[in-house]
Amino acid sequence: MTQPARPLPSLDEPDTAHFWRATREHRLLYQADPETGDTVYFPRRHGVHTLGAAPRWRESAGLGTVYTVTVIRQHGHPYFRSRTPYAVGFVDLDEGFRMLAEIGGDPDAVRVGQRVRVGWEDHEDLSVPIFQAVEDSRR
Amino acid sequence: MSDQRAAIAGIHEFPDRRVDGMSKLQIKAESAARALADAGLSWRDVDALYDAGETGPMSGLTIAEYFGIDPRVVDTTAVGGSSFEFHAAHAARDIAAGRARVALLTYGSTAKSDARAIGTGARRPPAEPMPAANMETPYGLTLIGNYALVARRHMHQYGTTPEQLAEIAVTTRAHAARNPDAVRGLSAIGIKNTGDITIDDVLTSRLVADPLHLLECCIVSDGGGAVVIVSAEVARDIRTRPVWILGSGEAIGYPGNGRDITTSAAVLSGPAAFDQAGVTPDRIDVAMIYDSFTITVLTILEDLGFAKKGDGGPYVQGGRLRWDTPGGPALNTDGGGLSSNHPGMRGIFLLIEAVRQLRGESTAQVDGARLALAHGNGGQLGTRHAAATVILGRE
Repeated sequence: MTQPARPLPSLDEPDTAHFWRATREHRLLYQADPETGDTVYFPRRHGVHTLGAAPRWRESAGLGTVYTVTVIRQHGHPYFRSRTPYAVGFVDLDEGFRMLAEIGGDPDAVRVGQRVRVGWEDHEDLSVPIFQAVEDSRR
Repeated sequence: MSDQRAAIAGIHEFPDRRVDGMSKLQIKAESAARALADAGLSWRDVDALYDAGETGPMSGLTIAEYFGIDPRVVDTTAVGGSSFEFHAAHAARDIAAGRARVALLTYGSTAKSDARAIGTGARRPPAEPMPAANMETPYGLTLIGNYALVARRHMHQYGTTPEQLAEIAVTTRAHAARNPDAVRGLSAIGIKNTGDITIDDVLTSRLVADPLHLLECCIVSDGGGAVVIVSAEVARDIRTRPVWILGSGEAIGYPGNGRDITTSAAVLSGPAAFDQAGVTPDRIDVAMIYDSFTITVLTILEDLGFAKKGDGGPYVQGGRLRWDTPGGPALNTDGGGLSSNHPGMRGIFLLIEAVRQLRGESTAQVDGARLALAHGNGGQLGTRHAAATVILGRE
């Protein structure tokens, strides 16, 4: 019997495919409006801040702060059930966008406000961003 | 000028939480017939159909045919559990515009019999996902976990405690314990203790997604219901005391960069409804607020203006929201989704119990209740959600 696998995103979804392809090279991409500079996340083809300009791709340094977090202790999917307990949260990246992601390490140790850095779990066609706690260098 | 108001004239709540041998469609049709009979109307009076699509696609036509009605208004707004508050708002608008006289809203679900694990489910990612969902697929965030993200942030930002959140579950269970259908239903779905619970009971139940415990999560049941909304002209001749739709508001919320997750779309739908109704939150006798989880209620109470943002925790303490306690509205007096029924989309029951209260027929009846609020929250609070607020009053 094969081990249950992590459900992965579609690489055929037109707005988000570029983001996921970049993860193969361990690059965390986001978008920004070329006129206003406002960040756009999740990725889209059309501008959401202005009508004319398409958002431009930028690369994040992968450092951020935990905005909120939960520890999943019960799951109906065989893969996720095998991984419980694990932490999932919103991370505010330093470039000004907020993404949902898993936060690795001891799930009970993850705190709101904690500094994290993106890490990668490699799969055949893409890598999944998984954040890890780091020392807060800003303090 | 003619009276353009709309009133809820007929209601029915399908009593069973565990339905054997009936389909969703059959539950809808039986509920519709009984709600029409409650109003003293019949199938042929219905000229407007509202449907949330829980029985399948293109429900505007499939349901009209199945019921055997000829609607001239069809509205299939489908925004999860809040759909029915949207439908009530739209029915009132369509009636005011002279397009409809008798509007029918129905719901039927066999979520329990189908063993749908709604909160922790193993939903496969769809073959053609929406872009936003495609960014979230690999992380295994359950529905309960989604709401837990709001609870954790609320605790961090305002100092809200687990005890304060638990108080909401304790209050709704106290109301369920007075409601024979709820007590029977809790037994039917396998819950052993159908009586009162304590804050300690809630906090010692297992964590499903931190900081939310099992007893902070709505139950999964079968169920259904129907609501009949009529014009003022029709309301003059109905069998029941009409309950008027005084105001409504609708809004959508979704995550954005820098958005405050502790504020829901209720912060937009609430003021719109209160403004139209010409009332303020302190005048509301009964608050029927979608209690998928304790945090849903706490957040929405603040967003609707019952408490200041961040003060919801202290506000709910001390049993303030119990049916027999002054100082705040009575919350979810049927027992709510936490302790009466939650077949997946609970919004129709918010309207039904609000009407019972304003008719004086609730099992946790608030003395002299004149104004009630029904607030539906559909989708998921921590990410994308729909909100609609409906304010109801009796003459």
